Amino acid sequence: MQTRFSFGGDEHIFAEVGDSMSLEAFFKSLFITNAVRDAKIKGVTEICPANASYQVKFDPDLIKPDDMLAELKRLDSAAEKSEPVIATRIIEIPVLYNDPWTHETLMRFRERHQEPDGTDLEYAARINNHDGIDAFIKAHSSAPWFVSMVGFVAGLPFLYQMVERRRQIQAPKYLRPRTDTPKLTVGHGGCFSCIYSVRGAGGYQMFGITPMPIYDPNQKIGYLRDFMCLFKPGDIVKWKPIDRLAYDAAVADVDAGRFTPVIRNVSFSLTEFNRDIDGYNRKLEGILHGN
Amino acid sequence: MAIKVLKPGLSTTVQDLGRPGYYHIGIPLSGGMDRHALAAANLLVGNAEGAAVLEAVFMGPELEFTDDTMIAVTGAELPPRLDGEPRETWSSFKVKRGQRLSFDFLKKGARAYIAVAGGIDVPVVLGSRSTYALGALGGFKGRKLEAGDELPVGATGTSVKEGRTVDEELRGLPKAMPTELRATPGLYWHRITDAAGQGFFADTWKVAPEADRIGYRFKGGKPLEFVPREPPFGAGSDPSNITDACYPYGSIQVPGGTEPIVLHRDAVSGGGYFMVGTVISADMDLIGQLQPNTPVRFVKVEMDEALAARQARAELLAKVRSSLTSSP
Repeated sequence: MQTRFSFGGDEHIFAEVGDSMSLEAFFKSLFITNAVRDAKIKGVTEICPANASYQVKFDPDLIKPDDMLAELKRLDSAAEKSEPVIATRIIEIPVLYNDPWTHETLMRFRERHQEPDGTDLEYAARINNHDGIDAFIKAHSSAPWFVSMVGFVAGLPFLYQMVERRRQIQAPKYLRPRTDTPKLTVGHGGCFSCIYSVRGAGGYQMFGITPMPIYDPNQKIGYLRDFMCLFKPGDIVKWKPIDRLAYDAAVADVDAGRFTPVIRNVSFSLTEFNRDIDGYNRKLEGILHGN
Repeated sequence: MAIKVLKPGLSTTVQDLGRPGYYHIGIPLSGGMDRHALAAANLLVGNAEGAAVLEAVFMGPELEFTDDTMIAVTGAELPPRLDGEPRETWSSFKVKRGQRLSFDFLKKGARAYIAVAGGIDVPVVLGSRSTYALGALGGFKGRKLEAGDELPVGATGTSVKEGRTVDEELRGLPKAMPTELRATPGLYWHRITDAAGQGFFADTWKVAPEADRIGYRFKGGKPLEFVPREPPFGAGSDPSNITDACYPYGSIQVPGGTEPIVLHRDAVSGGGYFMVGTVISADMDLIGQLQPNTPVRFVKVEMDEALAARQARAELLAKVRSSLTSSP
């Protein structure tokens, strides 16, 4: 993989590891950005890993742009040789698929959609060759997903499904973005799912909603007291389909400060994962449930 | 000491020099869109350059002060009035307890900075007092001001005299029309044809109504023509789509190839649209002073010109600093 570098004005270097999405490109981006952080290069102010690219913001009064570029190229070639193993977390996210709130929203913005006569779930199920929305929900929730980027707005995770490419869910974005999306909507655009951390504009297809907050600027929620955003790139997410009763109970638990997310530490090896994807995912699920 | 908000104006927020270090999780820099005017306002009242001030857009707020203090209004030409009496912009003036500050209609520019001696003393969140409204973070309760808000003001360290001013040539506002925004081509520049690239820099664009702290949209130029390609996996099928990536501050994305959007201090940190280049750091302040419909040209520059412009911008602030420290 040959990284393409470009300056973004006088304060940024943008590096595209691959123009298409792959776990190999994501891992390389994650390794280089970790190496940049560890190198503590003078003048670096922001280090942002993304799906298959990364960006470094720097102060050109403290380091010359060409010197910054030379540092990144050096770290880039070192990353090629590193073993793709990370210590990370697997997090279970409950989801009420086909919920009333995203349904109300998608009906409100129907004229901006590719298929105004159906719902986002029906549309996504059909174009991904699934036999109805139940089969589609099963495909969405049966294998885990990588947090391949955090951003757009505060704490929003982009998620990449950990299955062979031919099984990966793909869906276009709305023809014109919506001006409204319920908070904690589970959406999907291109090959990425996401969780909208705040209410606002959005263009992804809407599949459901989670009762579990992932961003709390006031840091009142127990598991967000240490830091206001839940996700980091490299986290692994497993969706858990729930019904309305379980959703309401979880919301009540969050409000009462009783909700405890299921989070386990895991080591992830890309090489072993690629050797037996389904077997590796079963192992991850075992760790999640304490087996 | 506090400031009572009688009327909030169109969109008035607490801002300082911003919150670096959290862009990788989608929390942008924030801070004043015209940092030069923000720093000058603070220097005029004897504050540190990065103290928190109020940023008012297009229309000023109406404020009442609970104690005697010193204030200054810089940036846009938004003429202040104290209990109805006109006051100068870019000058320090005294305010007595119970007096009311209001503003006339905007004459020039888009964003005014109101500094008060001691600075606006809202809590520091992740290292900054700036408001990031989209994330309900920082500033006054994470939002723009509303009538009835009461803003705490910090203690003053030094006292300065009334009537200090910043010379007109040191104010750093956009001068000529169309306003020129210098930009380095790059990022996904290779995705458009040579003719489209030349057209982008040759066209005169106009500021569209959708222009805020997240980004400024421009319209009126020719649509960009893309180099044909097979869509890469994960990018989406529109020729302007990319595999979702980071967006630099100042980067110029062009969704659908039609209307460029320059991202600013409350930028969304990433997404799936290609970018043709990036406005240089020296010209970012100018963008925040552009009103809708202002004609703009993007001017292609190389890195050495960008760095020279950055140096010149720093020297401008240094001159403001020395002109004010030599007159206490």
